[in-house]
Amino acid sequence: MGEQLRVKTMQEFMAEGKQPEILFWVGSAGSYDDRAKKISRAFVKLLNKANVDFAVLGQEESSTGDVAKRAGNEFLFQMQAMMNIELLNGYEIKRIVTCDPHSFNTLKNEYPGLGGTYDVLHHTQYLKELLDQGRLTLQGETYKGKRITFHDPCYLGRANAVYEAPREILAKTNANLVEMKRHKTTALCCGAGGAQMFKEPEKGDMDINVLRTKDALETNPNIIATGCPYCNTMMTDGIKAHEKEDSVTVLDVAELLANSI
Amino acid sequence: MEYVPNILFAIALIVGVGFFTRNVKKLSRNIKLGKDVDVSDNKPQRWKNMARIALGQTKMVVRPVAGIMHIFVYVGFIIINLEVLEIILDGLFGTHRLFSSLGSVYNFLIGSFEILAFLVIVAVVVFWIRRNIIRLQRFIKPEMKGWPKKDGNLILYIEFVLMTLFLTMNAADSQLQQMGAEHYVQAGSFPISQFLTPLMSGMSESGLMMVERTAWWLHILGILAFLNYLYYSKHLHILLAFPNTYFGKVKPKGQLDNLQSVTNEVKLMMDPNTDPFAAPATTDAVAVPEKFGASDVMDLNWVQLMNAYTCTECGRCTSECPANQTGKKLSPRKIMMDTRDRLEEVGKNMDANKGEFKSDGKQLLDDYISREELWACTTCNACVQACPVSIDPLSIIVEMRRYLVMEQSAAPMELNNMMSNIENNGAPWPYNQMDRLNWVNE
Repeated sequence: MGEQLRVKTMQEFMAEGKQPEILFWVGSAGSYDDRAKKISRAFVKLLNKANVDFAVLGQEESSTGDVAKRAGNEFLFQMQAMMNIELLNGYEIKRIVTCDPHSFNTLKNEYPGLGGTYDVLHHTQYLKELLDQGRLTLQGETYKGKRITFHDPCYLGRANAVYEAPREILAKTNANLVEMKRHKTTALCCGAGGAQMFKEPEKGDMDINVLRTKDALETNPNIIATGCPYCNTMMTDGIKAHEKEDSVTVLDVAELLANSI
Repeated sequence: MEYVPNILFAIALIVGVGFFTRNVKKLSRNIKLGKDVDVSDNKPQRWKNMARIALGQTKMVVRPVAGIMHIFVYVGFIIINLEVLEIILDGLFGTHRLFSSLGSVYNFLIGSFEILAFLVIVAVVVFWIRRNIIRLQRFIKPEMKGWPKKDGNLILYIEFVLMTLFLTMNAADSQLQQMGAEHYVQAGSFPISQFLTPLMSGMSESGLMMVERTAWWLHILGILAFLNYLYYSKHLHILLAFPNTYFGKVKPKGQLDNLQSVTNEVKLMMDPNTDPFAAPATTDAVAVPEKFGASDVMDLNWVQLMNAYTCTECGRCTSECPANQTGKKLSPRKIMMDTRDRLEEVGKNMDANKGEFKSDGKQLLDDYISREELWACTTCNACVQACPVSIDPLSIIVEMRRYLVMEQSAAPMELNNMMSNIENNGAPWPYNQMDRLNWVNE
């Protein structure tokens, strides 16, 4: 058990008759997946440090339905979406921040058509805002000179054209940022999107995550940074496939920042 | 007798344009087999996309060699068409170099047409080498066997021949001008074809006239024939790239549409005032659609069908596809080619049955696109990003997955597990919803 985090639910805010600055949408991975839970914790550590008055939905949160939609189950997606929207609108939520680009994409782009319109940010965008406003400052020693390469998550990059926010805040750690040959618009997928995370891949001659980690390893990095819990899993597995887990680590941008305050 | 050439030319022009019009009508009918889709939004962005992507070729130059070569052919095609206008008028009225009264402007124009014609020849040769000698990966994928390969080369041969005829015509013409032959006005500049004239030295005036007339006729007949070849070829992109980029997606790439028919049903289900035992409404105010998703081309929308006709099979999508790069069967280009092939088959079926489609026991799913291909997609949008003419293969894949899941319950078993987890406990994994906040204290 790490240090004590300060996390309040929307219910608690309601009981106090207050509204939070932002709602942190934790997402299913961030809630249950052992690796992704650490990312949620790192992000909250930063929110606590910056004294952000934020809420989570806690036990009231449910899957955005994104993965069901990508798998073709529009019914299940819309059921989930409308349930969540009813909850979010009931709480009069205005601003949502999430560490999961898939939740980010569906909340931002696909919920408005079903009656749920919010200002939705990826956590890298929100962290950039906190740093720009001076609410959060980094000491810039931990990763000084370390070679870090950023893997663009498809649903942050190509899907929503967010390329700069994660790079700008990574630069503030004083790390040596190196780009893979394919990055930004041409970044290769980690292999988890479109519900692939939950099934075995079709027959082929290689796994996509192994190919993508090969791209990353070509930059000779100390750290592969990501901004997505699924990319994180895929890249971590890829590193193992290349037997590089001793020399290269995969970390979320939030974790890199949390280690730099 | 004097007017025989004019009449023959007029007939050729009428036949050529007539057949082309017939093909355009067929094309438009087939595209309209698709479902309606609202594309009236965001007009300024749409015009901008067309100007930048189609007119400005911005996506083509992402790959510089092919991009720059393509610009030669593209600019050549558009500019040299000014010359075709003169050729058509000359043909109809029996004039020769009708626009030569433009003087120095005319000389400049003819000179630049020649340079462009030369650049087109250079580009076409490079393209041919890339396809047949270097054999770039994306040109030799399985879906490129047979007609697609032949089609690609035929286009190059036709362009090569047309440009050579144009230059030959000019070479003979300039010789005739120098001889002071009757009817051949002194006009034009010939920076490229001057290198062909030595081949014609010593030829008689009538011999040169024969060469000039033959090249002139073959050139214009070739253009008319090429115009009619388009419908049967991947080369249709020279026309459809413009509407296709206009009607292409203007929303964020990650945004999939929400099926309205599903929304209606879900709202009904969630409405506490709905009487679950009520007799079904007799009016079809909330008409239940025939099916969810797509199993055949008629289930897709017309923009997706236009996408299929626009595809020029360059394979940039497939070469960027993570599934394809790792040896899976999925190739976004094949999705588009299959859609067009099936649509053509449906169109021919309608032609043979007085405009009605008679069921042929086939469909796009399984007979053309396999489930294995559909399930290999990571929805990463690399194909959509790569397409130089705004084709969206991903939207077709998702539409077909919707059919498989919602109409056939035919998702892979692991995905069915994932979905029942979401139904039961609001997460793709089988964890208790009460444990959602445990991470705070771990």
